[in-house]
Amino acid sequence: MSAHSTAIGVSSKRGIWGGGNEPLKASYGKLMMWFFLLSDIFTFAAFLITYLSIRVSYPAYAGPAGDFVGSNEYWPVPELVFDAIPFVHGIHAPLVFVGIMTFILISSSVTMVLAVEAGHRNDRNDVVKWLLWTILGGATFLGCQAWEWNHFIHGTDGGSTLTYINSMNTLVTELVHGANLNVNEYGPASFAQLFFFITGFHGFHVTIGVFLLFLCFYQAAVGIYDRRGHYEMVEKIGLYWHFVDLVWVFVFTLFYLI
Amino acid sequence: MEIQQNKSTLEVHPRNEEKIKKIWKTAGILLAITVAEFIMAFTMERGLLLYFLFIALTIWKARYIMLEFMHLGDEVKPLFYSIIVPLIFLVWLLIALAKEGSEIFMMRW
Repeated sequence: MSAHSTAIGVSSKRGIWGGGNEPLKASYGKLMMWFFLLSDIFTFAAFLITYLSIRVSYPAYAGPAGDFVGSNEYWPVPELVFDAIPFVHGIHAPLVFVGIMTFILISSSVTMVLAVEAGHRNDRNDVVKWLLWTILGGATFLGCQAWEWNHFIHGTDGGSTLTYINSMNTLVTELVHGANLNVNEYGPASFAQLFFFITGFHGFHVTIGVFLLFLCFYQAAVGIYDRRGHYEMVEKIGLYWHFVDLVWVFVFTLFYLI
Repeated sequence: MEIQQNKSTLEVHPRNEEKIKKIWKTAGILLAITVAEFIMAFTMERGLLLYFLFIALTIWKARYIMLEFMHLGDEVKPLFYSIIVPLIFLVWLLIALAKEGSEIFMMRW
Protein backbone atom coordinates (compact mmCIF):
# COMPACT_ATOMS: atom_id res chain seq x y z
CA MET A 1 0.00 0.00 0.00
CA SER A 2 1.32 3.38 -0.91
CA ALA A 3 1.20 6.30 1.46
CA HIS A 4 -1.26 8.00 -0.92
CA SER A 5 -4.04 5.49 -0.42
CA THR A 6 -7.36 6.47 1.15
CA ALA A 7 -7.53 8.58 4.26
CA ILE A 8 -9.15 5.76 6.20
CA GLY A 9 -6.26 3.47 5.55
CA VAL A 10 -3.72 6.03 6.68
CA SER A 11 -5.24 7.11 9.96
CA SER A 12 -5.25 4.60 12.77
CA LYS A 13 -8.03 6.55 14.42
CA ARG A 14 -10.81 7.09 11.90
CA GLY A 15 -11.86 10.63 11.03
CA ILE A 16 -15.32 12.04 11.36
CA TRP A 17 -16.23 11.17 7.73
CA GLY A 18 -14.52 7.80 7.90
CA GLY A 19 -16.88 6.18 10.34
CA GLY A 20 -14.90 7.33 13.34
CA ASN A 21 -17.69 9.37 14.86
CA GLU A 22 -20.54 7.96 16.88
CA PRO A 23 -23.93 9.50 16.10
CA LEU A 24 -26.15 9.76 19.19
CA LYS A 25 -23.15 8.74 21.33
CA ALA A 26 -23.91 5.07 20.75
CA SER A 27 -21.79 2.60 18.83
CA TYR A 28 -22.91 1.36 15.41
CA GLY A 29 -23.90 -2.06 16.71
CA LYS A 30 -25.92 -0.73 19.61
CA LEU A 31 -27.70 1.80 17.43
CA MET A 32 -28.61 -0.84 14.86
CA MET A 33 -29.83 -3.17 17.61
CA TRP A 34 -32.12 -0.42 18.88
CA PHE A 35 -33.57 0.25 15.44
CA PHE A 36 -34.02 -3.47 14.79
CA LEU A 37 -35.86 -3.74 18.10
CA LEU A 38 -38.05 -0.77 17.16
CA SER A 39 -39.11 -2.56 13.95
CA ASP A 40 -39.70 -5.73 15.95
CA ILE A 41 -41.85 -3.77 18.41
CA PHE A 42 -44.03 -2.75 15.45
CA THR A 43 -44.32 -6.37 14.27
CA PHE A 44 -45.33 -7.67 17.69
CA ALA A 45 -47.62 -4.71 18.32
CA ALA A 46 -49.41 -5.43 15.03
CA PHE A 47 -49.95 -9.05 16.08
CA LEU A 48 -51.12 -8.20 19.59
CA ILE A 49 -53.45 -5.42 18.47
CA THR A 50 -54.88 -7.81 15.85
CA TYR A 51 -55.54 -10.25 18.70
CA LEU A 52 -57.39 -7.56 20.61
CA SER A 53 -59.36 -6.56 17.52
CA ILE A 54 -60.49 -10.11 16.72
CA ARG A 55 -61.24 -10.71 20.35
CA VAL A 56 -63.65 -7.79 20.65
CA SER A 57 -65.38 -8.90 17.43
CA TYR A 58 -66.64 -12.00 19.32
CA PRO A 59 -68.99 -12.04 22.29
CA ALA A 60 -67.22 -12.76 25.58
CA TYR A 61 -68.31 -15.62 27.82
CA ALA A 62 -70.72 -14.03 30.29
CA GLY A 63 -72.04 -16.84 32.50
CA PRO A 64 -70.68 -17.98 35.87
CA ALA A 65 -67.08 -19.20 35.62
CA GLY A 66 -67.89 -22.60 37.11
CA ASP A 67 -70.28 -23.50 34.28
CA PHE A 68 -67.87 -22.62 31.49
CA VAL A 69 -67.86 -24.91 28.48
CA GLY A 70 -65.82 -24.26 25.37
CA SER A 71 -67.78 -23.11 22.33
CA ASN A 72 -66.96 -21.46 19.04
CA GLU A 73 -69.83 -19.05 19.66
CA TYR A 74 -67.93 -16.94 22.22
CA TRP A 75 -64.40 -16.13 23.36
CA PRO A 76 -63.19 -18.30 26.28
CA VAL A 77 -62.09 -17.08 29.72
CA PRO A 78 -58.29 -17.54 29.77
CA GLU A 79 -58.01 -18.68 33.39
CA LEU A 80 -60.37 -21.57 32.60
CA VAL A 81 -58.39 -22.60 29.51
CA PHE A 82 -54.89 -22.38 30.97
CA ASP A 83 -55.44 -24.15 34.26
CA ALA A 84 -53.17 -27.19 34.05
CA ILE A 85 -49.76 -27.79 35.61
CA PRO A 86 -47.24 -30.51 34.69
CA PHE A 87 -47.10 -33.84 36.56
CA VAL A 88 -50.45 -33.27 38.26
CA HIS A 89 -53.42 -34.50 36.29
CA GLY A 90 -56.94 -33.11 36.48
CA ILE A 91 -56.29 -30.40 39.05
CA HIS A 92 -57.70 -26.91 38.51
CA ALA A 93 -54.79 -24.50 38.96
CA PRO A 94 -55.68 -21.42 36.92
CA LEU A 95 -52.74 -19.44 35.52
CA VAL A 96 -50.27 -21.00 37.98
CA PHE A 97 -48.04 -22.52 35.31
CA VAL A 98 -47.97 -19.42 33.13
CA GLY A 99 -47.21 -17.40 36.27
CA ILE A 100 -44.16 -19.59 36.87
CA MET A 101 -43.11 -19.11 33.23
CA THR A 102 -43.37 -15.33 33.59
CA PHE A 103 -41.33 -15.47 36.79
CA ILE A 104 -38.62 -17.52 35.03
CA LEU A 105 -38.39 -15.11 32.09
CA ILE A 106 -38.26 -12.00 34.31
CA SER A 107 -35.57 -13.66 36.45
CA SER A 108 -33.50 -14.43 33.36
CA SER A 109 -33.83 -10.77 32.39
CA VAL A 110 -32.44 -9.82 35.81
CA THR A 111 -29.46 -12.17 35.47
CA MET A 112 -28.88 -10.71 31.98
CA VAL A 113 -28.72 -7.16 33.30
CA LEU A 114 -26.27 -8.36 35.95
CA ALA A 115 -24.14 -9.87 33.15
CA VAL A 116 -24.19 -6.52 31.33
CA GLU A 117 -23.17 -4.78 34.55
CA ALA A 118 -20.28 -7.24 34.94
CA GLY A 119 -19.31 -6.56 31.32
CA HIS A 120 -18.96 -2.86 32.09
CA ARG A 121 -16.43 -3.83 34.76
CA ASN A 122 -14.56 -6.21 32.38
CA ASP A 123 -15.15 -8.94 34.94
CA ARG A 124 -15.03 -12.12 32.87
CA ASN A 125 -15.92 -14.52 35.69
CA ASP A 126 -19.08 -12.62 36.59
CA VAL A 127 -20.11 -12.25 32.94
CA VAL A 128 -19.76 -15.99 32.37
CA LYS A 129 -21.60 -16.83 35.58
CA TRP A 130 -24.60 -14.57 34.91
CA LEU A 131 -24.80 -15.51 31.22
CA LEU A 132 -24.98 -19.17 32.22
CA TRP A 133 -27.90 -18.42 34.56
CA THR A 134 -29.60 -16.48 31.77
CA ILE A 135 -29.20 -19.38 29.31
CA LEU A 136 -30.63 -21.71 31.94
CA GLY A 137 -33.64 -19.43 32.43
CA GLY A 138 -34.24 -19.10 28.69
CA ALA A 139 -34.01 -22.84 28.09
CA THR A 140 -36.35 -23.57 31.02
CA PHE A 141 -38.85 -21.08 29.62
CA LEU A 142 -38.73 -22.82 26.22
CA GLY A 143 -39.28 -26.18 27.89
CA CYS A 144 -42.29 -24.78 29.75
CA GLN A 145 -43.71 -23.37 26.54
CA ALA A 146 -43.28 -26.73 24.80
CA TRP A 147 -45.29 -28.35 27.60
CA GLU A 148 -47.91 -25.60 27.40
CA TRP A 149 -48.32 -26.11 23.66
CA ASN A 150 -48.45 -29.86 24.07
CA HIS A 151 -51.25 -29.56 26.61
CA PHE A 152 -53.10 -27.00 24.51
CA ILE A 153 -52.94 -29.24 21.42
CA HIS A 154 -54.04 -32.43 23.18
CA GLY A 155 -56.74 -30.75 25.24
CA THR A 156 -58.76 -31.79 28.25
CA ASP A 157 -60.35 -35.14 29.08
CA GLY A 158 -63.86 -33.88 28.48
CA GLY A 159 -63.44 -31.88 25.31
CA SER A 160 -66.38 -29.87 23.93
CA THR A 161 -69.13 -30.63 21.46
CA LEU A 162 -68.92 -28.15 18.61
CA THR A 163 -70.66 -27.52 15.33
CA TYR A 164 -68.15 -26.44 12.74
CA ILE A 165 -67.01 -26.82 9.14
CA ASN A 166 -64.33 -29.51 9.05
CA SER A 167 -61.40 -29.92 6.68
CA MET A 168 -63.63 -31.84 4.23
CA ASN A 169 -65.78 -28.68 3.92
CA THR A 170 -68.82 -30.28 5.57
CA LEU A 171 -70.74 -28.99 8.57
CA VAL A 172 -70.39 -31.45 11.46
CA THR A 173 -71.35 -31.58 15.13
CA GLU A 174 -68.93 -33.68 17.14
CA LEU A 175 -66.83 -33.95 20.29
CA VAL A 176 -63.58 -32.01 19.85
CA HIS A 177 -60.43 -32.59 21.90
CA GLY A 178 -57.60 -30.09 21.99
CA ALA A 179 -56.73 -27.59 19.31
CA ASN A 180 -55.47 -27.29 15.77
CA LEU A 181 -55.61 -24.52 13.21
CA ASN A 182 -59.06 -25.62 12.02
CA VAL A 183 -60.96 -26.15 15.24
CA ASN A 184 -60.35 -26.12 18.99
CA GLU A 185 -62.34 -27.12 22.04
CA TYR A 186 -61.82 -23.79 23.85
CA GLY A 187 -63.31 -21.15 21.58
CA PRO A 188 -63.51 -19.78 18.03
CA ALA A 189 -60.93 -21.12 15.56
CA SER A 190 -59.10 -17.78 15.57
CA PHE A 191 -58.43 -18.17 19.31
CA ALA A 192 -56.11 -21.15 18.74
CA GLN A 193 -54.74 -19.68 15.50
CA LEU A 194 -53.70 -16.48 17.27
CA PHE A 195 -52.34 -18.42 20.24
CA PHE A 196 -50.15 -20.60 18.03
CA PHE A 197 -49.04 -17.71 15.86
CA ILE A 198 -48.18 -15.15 18.53
CA THR A 199 -46.72 -17.38 21.26
CA GLY A 200 -44.96 -19.30 18.50
CA PHE A 201 -43.39 -16.14 17.09
CA HIS A 202 -42.33 -15.13 20.58
CA GLY A 203 -40.92 -18.61 21.26
CA PHE A 204 -38.98 -18.33 18.00
CA HIS A 205 -37.44 -15.12 19.29
CA VAL A 206 -36.55 -16.78 22.60
CA THR A 207 -34.92 -19.67 20.71
CA ILE A 208 -32.75 -17.26 18.73
CA GLY A 209 -32.01 -15.43 21.98
CA VAL A 210 -30.80 -18.59 23.72
CA PHE A 211 -28.60 -19.35 20.71
CA LEU A 212 -27.10 -15.83 20.78
CA LEU A 213 -26.61 -16.04 24.56
CA PHE A 214 -24.74 -19.30 24.18
CA LEU A 215 -22.51 -17.75 21.51
CA CYS A 216 -21.88 -14.80 23.82
CA PHE A 217 -21.19 -17.10 26.77
CA TYR A 218 -18.69 -19.10 24.72
CA GLN A 219 -16.89 -16.02 23.41
CA ALA A 220 -16.71 -14.49 26.88
CA ALA A 221 -15.45 -17.74 28.41
CA VAL A 222 -12.60 -18.22 25.92
CA GLY A 223 -11.54 -14.60 26.36
CA ILE A 224 -12.43 -13.19 22.95
CA TYR A 225 -13.94 -10.06 24.54
CA ASP A 226 -10.87 -9.55 26.70
CA ARG A 227 -8.68 -9.54 23.59
CA ARG A 228 -11.17 -7.24 21.84
CA GLY A 229 -10.87 -4.86 24.75
CA HIS A 230 -14.55 -4.45 25.58
CA TYR A 231 -17.69 -6.42 26.45
CA GLU A 232 -20.11 -4.53 24.23
CA MET A 233 -21.47 -7.72 22.65
CA VAL A 234 -22.94 -8.69 26.04
CA GLU A 235 -24.73 -5.36 26.09
CA LYS A 236 -26.16 -5.77 22.56
CA ILE A 237 -27.38 -9.31 23.13
CA GLY A 238 -28.70 -8.09 26.48
CA LEU A 239 -30.84 -5.52 24.66
CA TYR A 240 -32.33 -8.28 22.53
CA TRP A 241 -32.98 -10.49 25.55
CA HIS A 242 -34.74 -7.72 27.48
CA PHE A 243 -36.87 -7.08 24.41
CA VAL A 244 -37.99 -10.72 24.42
CA ASP A 245 -38.96 -10.28 28.07
CA LEU A 246 -40.76 -7.03 27.23
CA VAL A 247 -42.86 -8.76 24.57
CA TRP A 248 -43.73 -11.58 26.95
CA VAL A 249 -45.07 -9.06 29.47
CA PHE A 250 -47.59 -7.94 26.83
CA VAL A 251 -48.37 -11.47 25.62
CA PHE A 252 -49.03 -12.46 29.24
CA THR A 253 -51.46 -9.59 29.77
CA LEU A 254 -53.38 -10.02 26.52
CA PHE A 255 -53.61 -13.81 26.34
CA TYR A 256 -53.78 -14.86 29.95
CA LEU A 257 -55.23 -11.97 31.91
CA ILE A 258 -57.70 -10.13 29.66
CA MET B 1 1.81 -20.06 26.61
CA GLU B 2 -1.85 -20.73 26.05
CA ILE B 3 -2.73 -19.77 29.60
CA GLN B 4 -0.83 -16.54 29.31
CA GLN B 5 -2.71 -15.62 26.13
CA ASN B 6 -5.98 -16.38 27.83
CA LYS B 7 -5.23 -14.08 30.74
CA SER B 8 -7.12 -10.82 30.73
CA THR B 9 -5.22 -7.69 29.92
CA LEU B 10 -8.18 -5.55 30.87
CA GLU B 11 -8.44 -3.97 34.25
CA VAL B 12 -11.26 -5.51 36.25
CA HIS B 13 -13.21 -2.94 38.22
CA PRO B 14 -14.73 -3.79 41.60
CA ARG B 15 -18.46 -4.42 41.87
CA ASN B 16 -20.62 -1.34 42.04
CA GLU B 17 -22.89 -2.45 44.89
CA GLU B 18 -25.20 0.52 44.51
CA LYS B 19 -25.89 -0.31 40.85
CA ILE B 20 -26.49 -3.98 41.63
CA LYS B 21 -28.84 -3.04 44.45
CA LYS B 22 -30.83 -0.90 42.02
CA ILE B 23 -31.12 -3.82 39.58
CA TRP B 24 -32.55 -6.07 42.30
CA LYS B 25 -34.90 -3.32 43.38
CA THR B 26 -36.23 -2.99 39.82
CA ALA B 27 -36.63 -6.76 39.66
CA GLY B 28 -38.61 -6.63 42.90
CA ILE B 29 -40.92 -3.94 41.49
CA LEU B 30 -41.54 -5.97 38.30
CA LEU B 31 -42.33 -9.04 40.37
CA ALA B 32 -44.63 -7.11 42.70
CA ILE B 33 -46.61 -5.67 39.76
CA THR B 34 -46.97 -9.16 38.23
CA VAL B 35 -48.20 -10.57 41.53
CA ALA B 36 -50.68 -7.67 41.82
CA GLU B 37 -52.00 -8.44 38.31
CA PHE B 38 -52.30 -12.09 39.25
CA ILE B 39 -54.36 -11.29 42.35
CA MET B 40 -56.53 -8.83 40.46
CA ALA B 41 -57.34 -11.49 37.83
CA PHE B 42 -59.08 -13.54 40.50
CA THR B 43 -60.56 -10.97 42.84
CA MET B 44 -61.94 -8.28 40.55
CA GLU B 45 -65.00 -8.30 38.33
CA ARG B 46 -64.18 -8.77 34.62
CA GLY B 47 -64.87 -5.61 32.69
CA LEU B 48 -63.47 -2.47 31.16
CA LEU B 49 -62.02 -1.16 34.43
CA LEU B 50 -60.01 -4.34 35.03
CA TYR B 51 -58.75 -4.43 31.44
CA PHE B 52 -57.73 -0.81 31.65
CA LEU B 53 -55.82 -1.50 34.89
CA PHE B 54 -54.11 -4.54 33.34
CA ILE B 55 -52.91 -2.55 30.33
CA ALA B 56 -51.81 0.40 32.49
CA LEU B 57 -49.80 -1.92 34.79
CA THR B 58 -48.28 -3.68 31.77
CA ILE B 59 -47.11 -0.38 30.30
CA TRP B 60 -45.75 0.53 33.73
CA LYS B 61 -43.71 -2.70 33.68
CA ALA B 62 -42.57 -2.04 30.11
CA ARG B 63 -41.35 1.35 31.24
CA TYR B 64 -39.16 -0.20 33.97
CA ILE B 65 -37.75 -2.80 31.56
CA MET B 66 -36.88 -0.22 28.91
CA LEU B 67 -35.51 2.48 31.19
CA GLU B 68 -33.70 0.40 33.81
CA PHE B 69 -32.83 -2.92 32.16
CA MET B 70 -32.23 -1.66 28.63
CA HIS B 71 -30.65 1.58 29.92
CA LEU B 72 -32.66 3.64 27.45
CA GLY B 73 -32.89 6.36 30.10
CA ASP B 74 -29.09 6.69 30.09
CA GLU B 75 -28.85 7.27 26.32
CA VAL B 76 -28.71 10.77 24.86
CA LYS B 77 -32.04 12.51 24.42
CA PRO B 78 -32.22 12.30 20.57
CA LEU B 79 -31.76 8.52 20.69
CA PHE B 80 -34.30 8.22 23.50
CA TYR B 81 -36.92 10.14 21.54
CA SER B 82 -36.18 8.41 18.23
CA ILE B 83 -37.17 5.15 19.94
CA ILE B 84 -40.10 6.43 22.00
CA VAL B 85 -41.80 8.88 19.61
CA PRO B 86 -42.47 6.38 16.74
CA LEU B 87 -44.45 4.29 19.23
CA ILE B 88 -47.13 7.01 19.07
CA PHE B 89 -48.21 5.42 15.76
CA LEU B 90 -49.24 2.36 17.73
CA VAL B 91 -51.80 4.40 19.65
CA TRP B 92 -53.63 5.07 16.41
CA LEU B 93 -53.37 1.42 15.30
CA LEU B 94 -54.85 0.37 18.63
CA ILE B 95 -57.77 2.82 18.39
CA ALA B 96 -58.46 1.98 14.72
CA LEU B 97 -58.42 -1.80 15.14
CA ALA B 98 -60.37 -1.77 18.41
CA LYS B 99 -63.08 0.26 16.66
CA GLU B 100 -62.94 -2.08 13.66
CA GLY B 101 -63.36 -5.12 15.90
CA SER B 102 -66.37 -3.70 17.70
CA GLU B 103 -67.98 -2.73 14.37
CA ILE B 104 -67.58 -6.32 13.16
CA PHE B 105 -69.16 -7.43 16.42
CA MET B 106 -72.17 -5.17 15.79
CA MET B 107 -72.61 -6.57 12.29
CA ARG B 108 -72.34 -10.20 13.34
CA TRP B 109 -74.50 -10.12 16.46
